[in-house]
Amino acid sequence: MSDGEAFETYPHDVLVIGAGGAGLRAAIEAASAGVSVGLVCKSLLGKAHTVMAEGGVAAALANVAEADSWQIHFRDTMVGGKMLNNWRMAQLHAQEAPERVRELERWGAVFDRTRDGRILQRPFGGHTNPRLAHVGDRTGLEMIRTLQDRAVAAGISVYMECTMTRLLTDDGRVTGAFGYWRITGKPVVFPAKAVILATGGIGRAYQITSNSWEYSGDGHALAYGAGAELIDMEFVQFHPTGMVWPPGVRGLLVTEAVRGEGGILRNRDGDRFMWSYLPDDRRQEYAATDEEASRWVEAQSAGKTSDARRPPELSTRDNVSRAIYTEVREGRGSEHGGVFLDISYLPPDHVRRKLPSMYEQFKELADVDITTGPMEIGPTTHYMMGGVRVDAETEASTLPGLFAAGEVAGGMHGANRLGGNSLSDLLVFGQRAGAAAVAFAAENAKVREPDAARVKEATDELAAPFEEAAGEDPYRIHADLQATMQSLVGIFRTREDLEEAIDRLAGLRARWQRVRVSGSPAYNPGWNLTFELRSMLICSEAVARSALQRTESRGAHARVDFPEADADWARCNSTVTLDGEVMRVSAEPLPEMPAELRGLVEH
Amino acid sequence: MTNVRSYTFRHFSVYRGTAEYDGELVSYTVPVASGMVVLDALHWIQANVAPDLAVRWNCKAAKCGSCSAEVNGRPSLTCKTRLSDLPADQPIRVEPMRTFPLIKDLVTDVSWNYEVNRSIVPFSPSPDAPEEAWRWRQEDIERVQEYRKCIECFLCQDICHVLRNHETKTPFMGPRFLVRVAGLELHPMDRADRTKYLKNDGGIGYCNITKCCTEVCPEHIKITDNAIIPLKERVADTYYDPVQVLWRLVTRRPPAGGNGA
Repeated sequence: MSDGEAFETYPHDVLVIGAGGAGLRAAIEAASAGVSVGLVCKSLLGKAHTVMAEGGVAAALANVAEADSWQIHFRDTMVGGKMLNNWRMAQLHAQEAPERVRELERWGAVFDRTRDGRILQRPFGGHTNPRLAHVGDRTGLEMIRTLQDRAVAAGISVYMECTMTRLLTDDGRVTGAFGYWRITGKPVVFPAKAVILATGGIGRAYQITSNSWEYSGDGHALAYGAGAELIDMEFVQFHPTGMVWPPGVRGLLVTEAVRGEGGILRNRDGDRFMWSYLPDDRRQEYAATDEEASRWVEAQSAGKTSDARRPPELSTRDNVSRAIYTEVREGRGSEHGGVFLDISYLPPDHVRRKLPSMYEQFKELADVDITTGPMEIGPTTHYMMGGVRVDAETEASTLPGLFAAGEVAGGMHGANRLGGNSLSDLLVFGQRAGAAAVAFAAENAKVREPDAARVKEATDELAAPFEEAAGEDPYRIHADLQATMQSLVGIFRTREDLEEAIDRLAGLRARWQRVRVSGSPAYNPGWNLTFELRSMLICSEAVARSALQRTESRGAHARVDFPEADADWARCNSTVTLDGEVMRVSAEPLPEMPAELRGLVEH
Repeated sequence: MTNVRSYTFRHFSVYRGTAEYDGELVSYTVPVASGMVVLDALHWIQANVAPDLAVRWNCKAAKCGSCSAEVNGRPSLTCKTRLSDLPADQPIRVEPMRTFPLIKDLVTDVSWNYEVNRSIVPFSPSPDAPEEAWRWRQEDIERVQEYRKCIECFLCQDICHVLRNHETKTPFMGPRFLVRVAGLELHPMDRADRTKYLKNDGGIGYCNITKCCTEVCPEHIKITDNAIIPLKERVADTYYDPVQVLWRLVTRRPPAGGNGA
């Protein structure tokens, strides 16, 4: 570096940021082309958020329901996403997911089996057929371990406990990334011909969340800061079933597999309230009576098919979350502000075999035996549908050299993601991003030198919070941000709340400018939080502004003041870009779906 | 709807120190609510008293194995160790895993584990196995699924006396990686043979079956009985079975297996 200050440099053809399922799958694909691949992650390898995925990976393997097909999977995905999905992504996803799952098996994953020895598939909300390949309720662990072992065997360079704070650009192109080692606090530069973001979601901006500390929207913020476009940021998924008690576990995920296996939702009066919340245009897909729903569960538990339709609890996540929220708000909630989810009417052995980690989780953390009594649950911030705008085929962002795959990418899930479609998303688009990044890198012969001035600026930025004399603690700002997002930009939204949120976010940003930390940069969580906080502030503003702009209710975005879906908004994505210093939010027409695909979703 | 939160206070002694400076136990008093776990208390300390307290964690649901530490001397996941299960009449002592080099406070350098992992021959199915061979009965894969429940918290490595007391000059891979090898060796499609590796590089002979690893496993994997002993038997069959040894002498063949690569 020009002024002689030391920083380490690790050049690669392809740099992947994030080592969850999408990042690992992308890195494996890129490495298989023989190029040099670097994989950077904030935690230790194998600890990324994918490890928490429970219920399964959606793919139309047709092992359980022979009639299943990519066309039905495509239709379910588009219907679940309220038709806002990028149709081409939804199509590629449905077509390629089966091969990606079979490939995992060839790499050593050991899925649960059907009676004839094939990969077993379970039902999930919004899926017409049993479609989720799974390993009990620890599918994410199986996937990440399989991918991790494959990546290690492929000789990929892994840089653990390393946070990226900036993308480096030159001449309108991404040339690498800058960040610091969490263990030492020292700066590090990764020059690269192509960069793939696979950084996951933004859930830590909310108080009640199923997400780990890593989910601070770093990739969203890095892309936005470097000039790439974000889309659909108003669509934040609130998973219907998080734990609500005791306080320390509030928000912790309770897998949808509980409902897939027959879990029944009841309010404090014992009413099975989901019957009253099924949308009229989808009602015919669900059982009509308790009796029909029980027949479905019986057949499902015995591994058989029946003519019974699925229970109302298997409605889409957006709908179930709103139903639970409404029950609680109207005074029919449980003691701790949730509702009851009951699977205890099934044989205890069956419950323990199908839901081993839920059994453990409730027994050890809440003193509840789910084989003898109901769980108390409520909605929890879970998944970001919005993200970096990408090309469906290549996952290229609008910024040359920058790719995005998995949760950080937008478009695939539209206004609401179906359970199980995230694990398949990260395999399908991780693979595609890896291949496309290699192709891009091949056209750009040389790794460019990082711009010394930009590196100096980024290094100074790291030191700033230690030098602030009278500033504020990052934990306080984070707590206030979470309170703001939870109360004003949650499941139900209004113009007044959103405007107030935008005001408060401006105040929080001003406070962040004077954030102060103490101690040394070596493994300092307070200092680390300041940079994650910046990402969360950017993402939160994008969510609030996009939510204010969309004057309708669709999927996970519910406006109390605009309770209906709107025909004009049905044809638009929201977009978010950085314009000078200002966040610019606008709307753009959706890509036009070809007639033959339109035919699939209209039947 | 009522949110009953009756706070009491608990005292903690948390190890603070770095690789360069000898550390000490520092006292903190933490307000505790019903159902709290040790990791909640550590987060409270970070947010209110010591923002630079170094702790690893991710999922807070006992699924990722990041938050391993020693609580009152016992290797534990801090995210599933409830305060109400710990004696109320003494401070709760939280220290880093002792087997691994200290980085800072509760964070240790576990990179050695990743090196051991890399030395294991990965899953190696026969490339021309027919499609039907990939059909397995659930009963036949349940043991392999048990090994694959491992969340790599490294608590078994921490408690293992061979590793903890540095009892060997030559390497011992430790329980975690014996579990991984067992998962590969017993996979219905795997064709590699890791017997020689287990005996030499892996040092399986150092394990004397004290079962401490099984006791601390948060996933309740029967590490000793279901993973280590079957592997020890494989090694013994290959190297110490008198019939096989005699046969090898007669035929001048080396033991089967190699490193399986």
